[in-house]
Amino acid sequence: MGSRTPLFAEHVRLGARIVPFGGWDMPLHYGSQLEEHHAVRRAAGMFDVSHMRPVDIEGVQARDFLRHLLANDVARLTQPGKALYSCMLNPEGGVIDDLIVYLRGPEHYRLVVNAATAAKDLDWMAQQRAGFAVDIRPREDLAMIAVQGPEARTKTLPLLAAPLAEQAQALAPFFATEHEDWFVGRTGYTGEDGFEIMLPATEAATLWQALEQAGVQPCGLGARDTLRLEAGMNLYGQDMDEETGPLEAGLGWTVAWEPAERDFIGRAALSAQRERGGLRRFVGLVLEGRGVLRGHQQVLIDGEVDGEITSGGFAPTLGGSIALARVAPTIGERCAVLIRDKAVPARVVKPPFARHGKALIDLA
Amino acid sequence: MSDIPADLKYTKSHEWVRDNGDGTVTVGITDHAQEALGDIVFVETPEVGRQVAAAEACAVVESVKAASDIYAPLAGEVVEANEALGDAPELLNASAHAEGWIFRLAPSDAAALDALLDAAAYAKVLEEED
Repeated sequence: MGSRTPLFAEHVRLGARIVPFGGWDMPLHYGSQLEEHHAVRRAAGMFDVSHMRPVDIEGVQARDFLRHLLANDVARLTQPGKALYSCMLNPEGGVIDDLIVYLRGPEHYRLVVNAATAAKDLDWMAQQRAGFAVDIRPREDLAMIAVQGPEARTKTLPLLAAPLAEQAQALAPFFATEHEDWFVGRTGYTGEDGFEIMLPATEAATLWQALEQAGVQPCGLGARDTLRLEAGMNLYGQDMDEETGPLEAGLGWTVAWEPAERDFIGRAALSAQRERGGLRRFVGLVLEGRGVLRGHQQVLIDGEVDGEITSGGFAPTLGGSIALARVAPTIGERCAVLIRDKAVPARVVKPPFARHGKALIDLA
Repeated sequence: MSDIPADLKYTKSHEWVRDNGDGTVTVGITDHAQEALGDIVFVETPEVGRQVAAAEACAVVESVKAASDIYAPLAGEVVEANEALGDAPELLNASAHAEGWIFRLAPSDAAALDALLDAAAYAKVLEEED
């Protein structure tokens, strides 16, 4: 049996199919993954993401520590509440984890890291903190609910305490605000508008039930995966890992090279990769033939195996199959994918595939 | 609790088999199987005329989760495939035992049908899996 979030009883009550995920027992779906997916693109859905771990980093050298620890540069966070996506690299340039970091105030940051990697991440941070005056505080007392979709904000705002609701209503995308122990970010992992809400674990079930009453569809990890894939967002462990770094995972934009004197962990390795050249490309694929693209299927360029799908599946918004793939730089506009030993034609595209309720790529 | 019609035969790998009484049988996946797979988004049916051995993988059902092989419950020749599944794979979820049939087979040995599981025996298989 895995760990259970404060919302486990809610999932059972709602008839969820529970599956193990990163050491946790989590809902895969509550009946139909497709309906949950569509609810998020068309109205509003909610996800229990309490398995992810908020980590508060505080102290006079919190900023210096994070500028050393992360490949993106927290110095870019100039306004309180602003969020930044970053990889945390090892010295070889591989990805230990990807995370969101929020600026909460001078000397106060909050990171949110992945469930399966949380223990490893905390060990790594503990090793790297030597010489920095910082506190690193994992917030196991907090639950997290993501409410996503075009109606997510209007359905959520009336359920927040007055001062928080006012602040949350005024949030620009990729900003967060907080009141007492509640923290609301206008962020997410679906390609839709919405909030990610961190709150005391003891209050999570009450908010969950209120959202349900407001008509927000409970959604499981299955829909979370198809939504993020359509939105062209990477999944740690599939699209990048400790062996495969940001430059070959479509995450070059998250590496802050300037200022040149900032010595973040992994910088030397990434610089060497960049100079060496010949990096594999990270692309989107749309299947033109019949079947479903899946992780680890091989990609053929001019008939030769020269790449691999890292994430693939059926895209409900497009009504066909899509994938993210790491391929040789020689790839053109078309390729083929080996599905059960048959070469099935596919088109090479630039993700995202869908965002804000709409398909961005034509299947035909 | 899954629906297990008494007039069908079953396999341990969760196919159902209907005796059409004309020397052919119809094959699909059970209600339990469709439930376990989740939303089905693609079905690859076998080619008509193909000779299959008993327990040979001859069709593929892909759900939002994963791809699963479908096995021939009996040896024989594929005589028809359900073309409707090309545009509507969700029929397997909506109507596993009727409209969601996958293919028809002319068994080489009709008596082999008797050796398949009946509804009571299949119900027991499900109990043991739980």
